[in-house]
Amino acid sequence: MPAGEELARRLAAEVPDPELPFLTLGDLGILRRVEVSLAGTVRVVLTPTYSGCPAISHMADQVRRTLMDAGFPAVQVDTELSPAWSTDRLGPGARAKLEAMDIAPPPPPAAAAIALTLKCPNCGSLHTRELSHFGSTACKSLWRCLECGEPFEHFKALR
Amino acid sequence: MTVETAVLSALDLSEVGLALGDDCLVLSHRLAEWTTRAPELEEEVALANLALDLLGQARSLLTLAGEAEGRCRDEDQLAYWRDDRGFRNLLLVEQPNGDFAVTMTRQLFFSTFQELLYARVAAGNEPRLAAIAAKGVMEARYHLEHSRLWVQRLGGGTEESHSRMRRALDLLWPYTQELFEPTPPFVRAADLGALPPLSSLEGPWRQSIAALLAASQLEVPEFSGWQSGGRLGRHSEHLGHLLAEMQHLHRSHPNASW
Repeated sequence: MPAGEELARRLAAEVPDPELPFLTLGDLGILRRVEVSLAGTVRVVLTPTYSGCPAISHMADQVRRTLMDAGFPAVQVDTELSPAWSTDRLGPGARAKLEAMDIAPPPPPAAAAIALTLKCPNCGSLHTRELSHFGSTACKSLWRCLECGEPFEHFKALR
Repeated sequence: MTVETAVLSALDLSEVGLALGDDCLVLSHRLAEWTTRAPELEEEVALANLALDLLGQARSLLTLAGEAEGRCRDEDQLAYWRDDRGFRNLLLVEQPNGDFAVTMTRQLFFSTFQELLYARVAAGNEPRLAAIAAKGVMEARYHLEHSRLWVQRLGGGTEESHSRMRRALDLLWPYTQELFEPTPPFVRAADLGALPPLSSLEGPWRQSIAALLAASQLEVPEFSGWQSGGRLGRHSEHLGHLLAEMQHLHRSHPNASW
């Protein structure tokens, strides 16, 4: 493994998502590969969450800047669609981080594709209702707790 | 002995990519027209999200079409510098938004088709097309779920919403046969295993629509004459107006970028 590959991978994985800045590209499962050539050129492969995710070019810029700042002479960021991203690719810590930010996480990979109900991140009640299939970003939907009345966002399952 | 595997010609791949990409691009633009005028805020966000997914799919498909064509046309050149005769989208997707029932009916017809098609293309043997479809099928499934819920609500809702749904179905039904009419590149792509034969999607599509309409107190419209020609570049007058708006900035200020 060329020198610096481990460092490049760690730095790229730690770049925050522009829409959910408490999650990193590593948490989201968006970072696919990091390769460093013998000449020191880094190639990073990202995969978009949604076909039209407007954040992907911003992420690519951030990765490029982070690695250049760390002293890598040249950085190339490519995107790859296959195999398609799904919420099953979220990293192990991602669901807890979402919950901590009052965003109901998608069900874990083994669970049914669509949860019948979600736990309110505010009061923990299961008495909740979907207000809209869609939310403020492509990856979220909008819910309300019928117990405490609080509206909340859900990082919706995509499979 | 060598075994030769027939592969899709670059030109056919380009034509198929263009047709499927244009479907997404034109419908995306139509949905974006709802921005600032949707019936409620949540629905405005929903329609903009649908438009965004379709725009993303359009970008991938048009990029692929441009690369396969080999004439150095990128996604922007294909989107902004072709006239209506050069577009290969279905007539269905260029139909005006009408009222909310028309928009949801159009979405139901299209997303049902797209979900069936993408699921098969994802399992097809053209890797670049399959990758785009595998990503897009998850989005199509979500769009479909959304439009099915609305059709049920409107069909089984008030007298007013029910009658508007019936009007929307009658209005758009003539454009549904075109979904299953293949042009020669689609036929060749199906023969080689990159796409399903479009005719094989018709049965599942009709079943799915009929079952939903029955559950929504609505009926499948009676045959009233089919309209087609979009895949060959023969469009309704509506596409020209849509393109005038979509292409205006880019043509007035060539190479403009944010």
